[in-house]
Amino acid sequence: MLRLQGMLLRYLYLYRRSPARAMEIFFWPVMDLLVWGFLSAYLQRVAAPALVSYLLGALILWDVLYRCQQAVSLAITEDIWVRNILNLFVAPIRAGEIVLATCIFGILKAGAPAVVLTLLAYAAWGFDLRAVGPALAPFLFSLLLFGWAVGIVTAALVLRFGQAAEALVWGVPFLIQPLSAVFYPLDVLPFWLRPVAAALPSTHVFEGLRAALATGRVDGAQLAWAFGLNAVYLALAGWFFAWMLERVREKGYLGRLGME
Amino acid sequence: MSAGVVEVSQLTKRFGAVTAVDGLSFEVERGEIFGLLGPNGAGKTTTLQMLLGLTTPSSGSARILGLDVARERRRVLQRVNFSSAYIALPSNLTAWENLNVFAKLYGVRDARRRIPDLLEELEIPDVAGRVTGALSSGQLTRLNLCKALLNDPEVLFLDEPTASLDPDISEKVRALLKRLQAERGVTILYTSHNMLEVERLCDRVLFLARGRCVAEGRPDEVRGRAQGATLEQVFISLARDGELRESAGAGP
Repeated sequence: MLRLQGMLLRYLYLYRRSPARAMEIFFWPVMDLLVWGFLSAYLQRVAAPALVSYLLGALILWDVLYRCQQAVSLAITEDIWVRNILNLFVAPIRAGEIVLATCIFGILKAGAPAVVLTLLAYAAWGFDLRAVGPALAPFLFSLLLFGWAVGIVTAALVLRFGQAAEALVWGVPFLIQPLSAVFYPLDVLPFWLRPVAAALPSTHVFEGLRAALATGRVDGAQLAWAFGLNAVYLALAGWFFAWMLERVREKGYLGRLGME
Repeated sequence: MSAGVVEVSQLTKRFGAVTAVDGLSFEVERGEIFGLLGPNGAGKTTTLQMLLGLTTPSSGSARILGLDVARERRRVLQRVNFSSAYIALPSNLTAWENLNVFAKLYGVRDARRRIPDLLEELEIPDVAGRVTGALSSGQLTRLNLCKALLNDPEVLFLDEPTASLDPDISEKVRALLKRLQAERGVTILYTSHNMLEVERLCDRVLFLARGRCVAEGRPDEVRGRAQGATLEQVFISLARDGELRESAGAGP
């Protein structure tokens, strides 16, 4: 009984010390509820025959964003896990070069599954991603850019907060997903939430994707918004990473992080 | 006498109200093995981290090979290297893959020749193809040293490199460091809690307590000045009193 109490206390202490972990308990159920709730509302409204295309197209494109973010943030996290981070930061390499390498790796990490998913979707349901038309490449590129921006911010937080912030590596994309109108149109969201969603490049990609599948035409305005916002987010993410790294050096967290 | 390869001047690091390193000044000459010693929390690791540019000093300066660490960090890091018992190479890569990655980070052009040569020199040629996570602690320490020697560093920072090693491997590591000093003139800045090892290895030592230098000199000098027959006794006295008790009639 005492051993059981000890173990329970051990977990309670852990969650009390780490708000990120505590947030995780509520985070996933709430996010799931939001995504599937919005989707249900959408399904009630339309009995569209193109629904499978919308959903599968969205799923494949969403995975690109998710994998890119993971490639950047997980690379830094894994080097903390295996206590290799100090080896990297005492090597004559710029922090920006480390980040860039993870971004490039993100192309592979996102590209390979995207190809597999596309082939599988075609084989199983006859969904041809090429139906998106000429906008497909810029859509994919836009999601790649946004995935990098989100990944860079997450990586900066992991550098600052160490293992306490690891939940963010998996959590942040799912914070973005319901707001990005991935599986449902923007107007399904409550009115007050739409400006927030419209501030995300991913929302414009998924809105553009549905428009392209429905009409066969490229919505230039959505593409322009997506790339414009990406430029802003990438610049902010780069600045945030550099600023956070400077704070981490000032506070001496880097050395502590490497030996966690 | 040659100029200081490591020149530390009034180096200070404050974390809020805590002063981890307090106006520390010292020099290490080319080809010296210099021991940075002191009890836990004395400021050794923070000093090492400031010298490697991992932590920004609150004030003071550190110059390595004539370069200001704060301003020319990458140029410094190109010519130095670091190994610690408390950090590791990715365990799911082979020894060769790990060394190859770092060879690229340090711009080593002849890695295909350099890596086998180093593995041979450290008497672990057979680990090249093995996954790092499967190596023994002795092999891992020597692999970390291989990584630290990849760029043929002029200054080597070693944080307790022989911690958790058996006496045989520890002796081999010490012999290697002596050989590096003798044959290549490598300057080594070294931290350890093994005072016997420090006495055998270091040309000079600096004792830190509460972030301040409390004794500096050759191991026998420091021993002679303190009320301790061995460096270990000096260490214990420092850890308990926070200062060096000079023996009666001891000279500077």
